Amino acid sequence: MSLIETDNLPDHDDFYAELLATHRGLNEAQSHALNARLILILANHIGDRAVLSRALELARETV
Amino acid sequence: MPYDYEPFEYAPPPGLKAKEPQHKVVIVGAGPVGLAMAIELSNHGVSSVVLDDNNVVSVGSRAICWSKRSLEIFDRLGIGEQALAKGVTWKVGRTFHRDHEVFNFDLLPEKGHRMPAFVNLQQYYVEQYLVERAQEIDLVDLRFLNKVTAVEQTDDAVHLRIETPDGEYGLAADYLIACDGARSPVRGMMGLEFEGELFEEHFLIADIEMQGNFASERWFWFEPEFHAGQSALLHKQPDNIYRIDLQLGWDTDPDEEKKPEKVIPRIEKVVGHSDFRLDWVSVYTFQCRRLRDFVHGRIIFAGDSAHVVSPFGARGGNSGLQDVDNLGWKLAAVLQGRAPAGLLDSYNRERTHGADENLRNSSRTTRFMTPADGIERIFRDQVLRLAGKVPFARGWVNSGRLSVPCIYPSAAPDNIRMPKATRPGAVALDAPHGNGWLLQNLGGAPRLLAINCAAPDLGLDVLEVEETPFLRERYLGDAAQAFYLIRPDQVVAARWIEPDAQAVRAAIDAMWEGRA
Ligand SMILES: Cc1cc2nc3c(=O)[nH]c(=O)nc-3n(C[C@H](O)[C@H](O)[C@H](O)COP(=O)(O)OP(=O)(O)OC[C@H]3O[C@@H](n4cnc5c(N)ncnc54)[C@H](O)[C@@H]3O)c2cc1C
Repeated sequence: MSLIETDNLPDHDDFYAELLATHRGLNEAQSHALNARLILILANHIGDRAVLSRALELARETV
Repeated sequence: MPYDYEPFEYAPPPGLKAKEPQHKVVIVGAGPVGLAMAIELSNHGVSSVVLDDNNVVSVGSRAICWSKRSLEIFDRLGIGEQALAKGVTWKVGRTFHRDHEVFNFDLLPEKGHRMPAFVNLQQYYVEQYLVERAQEIDLVDLRFLNKVTAVEQTDDAVHLRIETPDGEYGLAADYLIACDGARSPVRGMMGLEFEGELFEEHFLIADIEMQGNFASERWFWFEPEFHAGQSALLHKQPDNIYRIDLQLGWDTDPDEEKKPEKVIPRIEKVVGHSDFRLDWVSVYTFQCRRLRDFVHGRIIFAGDSAHVVSPFGARGGNSGLQDVDNLGWKLAAVLQGRAPAGLLDSYNRERTHGADENLRNSSRTTRFMTPADGIERIFRDQVLRLAGKVPFARGWVNSGRLSVPCIYPSAAPDNIRMPKATRPGAVALDAPHGNGWLLQNLGGAPRLLAINCAAPDLGLDVLEVEETPFLRERYLGDAAQAFYLIRPDQVVAARWIEPDAQAVRAAIDAMWEGRA
């Protein structure tokens, strides 16, 4: 399985709103920490080293 | 050429001389929603009096983008052809972040629909066409310079006080429909208030006239170099008029920002030259709010008086027209004794549901365009960053989601082998039909649509058709035949593969009683 780079999340606007809502009321450090936990949780769920490496690479390239 | 605001004629109303008999319906407000409401009621055989405190169409730049559903509704009101002929459509949309284009898209028209996904057309044209149409109809009594000053409700009537240039008079009606806009005086008179969110942001809108071949495209900028930190939008309208929206920030003085010496240099930066004429400038703030209930006994709210949204995504006027679509047949059926007054509760239930969907979409767009500092802005900027590189993120960029009709919650008979898009609660989809179109043939009466089969005789108009590739895709799915009950507002009420007369009869009763 390779990293999916085309649209794959139905109703992503709804997810985006929930993501922002989850952060509401947190300070900067708390938001950083939340993001870190979220990445670890999602990485475990994805469970595919090659996909995760490609995702890390893509995120880094876009810096 | 600037639009010519020709005043409509005022005539002293009969009520100034002698008491008028009780009317069926009084509509307060001759904006797009009130006008459409009166014409729609006349389509169902109901007369109405329309009162407006003004005597010209909407001045300046307001609604420009009319959705496919609105155009289909316009068609039933008799102005579809005009709106289509005058309106313009853009196909290519470009999104910029800072100084570079992040991506662009080409809206390919979906085949097999009479109407395009939307057209751009100034609100003053829409109102002009609606007024001209309304004036041709005997059942519509349109009264300009008639300002409603008081409203009172009893068990069997609504009583109004009205001011005219020739003095004051009173009217009574079975029902009052408040289409008196976002500041709705009727709402105030009833002591009702909006609930929801207010955004602390100022936007400047300007209409400019530009000759020559400026692209017929939609351009949206996040944080352009020419307008640091904010957003900007450029859109085309008929008559070589372009609309520019500029986010200003909350700490700006609207009167200062409106001055031509401030506006013109900004626009020069957007379009890259100074060869244009300034047609209109205004500054607005916005809200995403609604009334908790749209029906209060004999007083019913529709359009901006019931709900207001931010303009991004063009949901204000479009959703008001869907209110009209939903309310017209129901109120007519109640007035004509065909349905119990409880049917109006379904207007409240369905249109508050629609309003919530519009509010949700408009709030999300607003958030994306004007993120709060901190994590919201970081996520927004990184979506834009990814969009330049990874296809999925383009869909996440939210500079407005096109208005499409909501799907009303429904527990009516359905069959999962049939396409999801036409399930009960959805507006029936158009398709070519003979030399014309399916929606035109459905018209505004309840219908039984039978595809590849015969319809039982249940006292309703029947449309029997043979399948075509479009009907297969939109109505049949896997099924060999299909049988749809369609409401007067062209919403699918129920559907079956094998029609069973008893089940269909029960669904027809549920439709008239407004059961979900
Ligand atoms: C900048 C901007 C851009 C927009 N863009 C879009 C868009 O692209 N697409 C879209 O669909 N919508 C858009 N909208 C929203 C759209 O303009 C409104 O939703 C629409 O005008 C609502 O129509 P209405 O008939 O409910 O109210 P209005 O158009 O406000 O009409 C209300 C009428 O009631 C009358 N009235 C008020 N008080 C009284 C009284 N006491 N007695 C008698 N008459 C009275 C007024 O004179 C007026 O004629 C935009 C709005 C703005 C401000």
